[in-house]
Amino acid sequence: MKKVIEASTAVALGVKLCEPGVIPMYPITPQTHIVERLADYINDGLLSSEMIHVESEHSAISAALGAEAMGVRTFTATASQGLALMHEILFVVAGMRLPVVMAVANRALSAPINIWNDHQDSISERDSGWIQLYVESAQEALDTIIQAYKIAENRKVLLPVMVCLDGFTLSHVYEPVDILKQEDVNKFLPQYNPLFKLDPKKPITMGPIGFPNTYMEFRKQTHDTMLDSINIIKDVNNQFKESFNRSYGNGLIETYKIEDANYAIAAMGTACSTTRVVVDELRKQGKKVGLIKIKSFRPFPKQEIISCCKNIKGIAVIDRNISLGNEGALYTELRSAFYNQNKKPIIKGFIAGLGGRDITPDHIKTAFKKIENSSDTEWLL
Amino acid sequence: MKKPKITVGAVIEEPGSTIKNKTGGWRSFRPVRDKKKCTKCGLCWQFCPDNAINENFDVNYDYCKGCGICANICPFKAIKMVKEEK
Ligand code: SF4
Ligand code: SF4
Repeated sequence: MKKVIEASTAVALGVKLCEPGVIPMYPITPQTHIVERLADYINDGLLSSEMIHVESEHSAISAALGAEAMGVRTFTATASQGLALMHEILFVVAGMRLPVVMAVANRALSAPINIWNDHQDSISERDSGWIQLYVESAQEALDTIIQAYKIAENRKVLLPVMVCLDGFTLSHVYEPVDILKQEDVNKFLPQYNPLFKLDPKKPITMGPIGFPNTYMEFRKQTHDTMLDSINIIKDVNNQFKESFNRSYGNGLIETYKIEDANYAIAAMGTACSTTRVVVDELRKQGKKVGLIKIKSFRPFPKQEIISCCKNIKGIAVIDRNISLGNEGALYTELRSAFYNQNKKPIIKGFIAGLGGRDITPDHIKTAFKKIENSSDTEWLL
Repeated sequence: MKKPKITVGAVIEEPGSTIKNKTGGWRSFRPVRDKKKCTKCGLCWQFCPDNAINENFDVNYDYCKGCGICANICPFKAIKMVKEEK
């Protein structure tokens, strides 16, 4: 059944279909609509989750940690300063291998204070051990929430997942969305069966000290798991396709008109939709250009990107974030991915769309022109 | 130190590790109670963060980390912190 709904509602409906037991929540723009809808569903008797109203985002993620440690499926959502306040506990959730799913309605970080979209908030948490999936549409947001639980709760993964959607630019946009049937989702997503849980009948210790003789082994184990999750993310994307006839590239990256392209634009989130339009326009002018949408920023799908770039001469990377004092994060990752390759495309980084500034087709065209015209030797006339 | 098992999420599956893990070696000062001054009010027993004081208000030096909270809380100054000598 297709309905025209806000992307925040699509996220909330996705969560409702997964029936989490506990939803600790603290409102923050532009995420608030998500938890408001969930509160509505609970109030209307459509969802039996326990919603915990906490006093801060630090508490929201802490309560999610506690609930998940009890073996209960949990959900929370945040953005910007709220995610920054969660920082400390994000690492604990990942290190304790608790498969919490959280929506992040991406928003800029202060100062200056700004409530609008960019990716700085979640990019700044890239090292926390959370899988990060960036979505482009309301449909993808709903579908990805359901996939996120299946990825996170897989016994070979047991890592938390952030589903990142552009604040306002997507979170407040209305689109037609196919809402999945509960019985189909139940078939796709089994009940959560935790590997460990806190149970007075069978006491265990969670979150103990890791002395210098084990800490690195635990960190390596989590890192190796993150790398292995690449295959699980692909599998889940394939299974989703079998069940619902929809998929998003290979689950990690999605390409558009890349097969015969010489140049590529790489981007994340809604900038990819704008890029698709620009790719079509440039194609009409005879330019062989395509799009690489990076859906999974963590784990970073190096091999997948390299193998779709065999004939690519240049990549323009659009970053909706900036690592102050260096460069955009996606640009850093892409260049590093190609460092050990014999054949390397020219890669240029572009910072765009910070703090709610629109990324326009003209921006993408300018980035394309700069990559198309760049050569090893430039004349200073 | 024996290398612990590298479990998923560092979970310790067997309970009782706190009893096995004697932490008294961390102590640089030991609490010594003057039984004549002690009124058995029980405050030290309540406040000890390591449960190292028993119901007779004797200190279990296997676990006492020497934090000095008991000496500080005792209203009768019945506990003295004495430097540990090698
Ligand atoms: S010194 Fe600290 S640990 Fe030792 S008995 Fe007193 S309160 Fe307990
Ligand atoms: S606090 Fe002092 S007086 Fe009270 S039981 Fe402990 S040692 Fe005795």
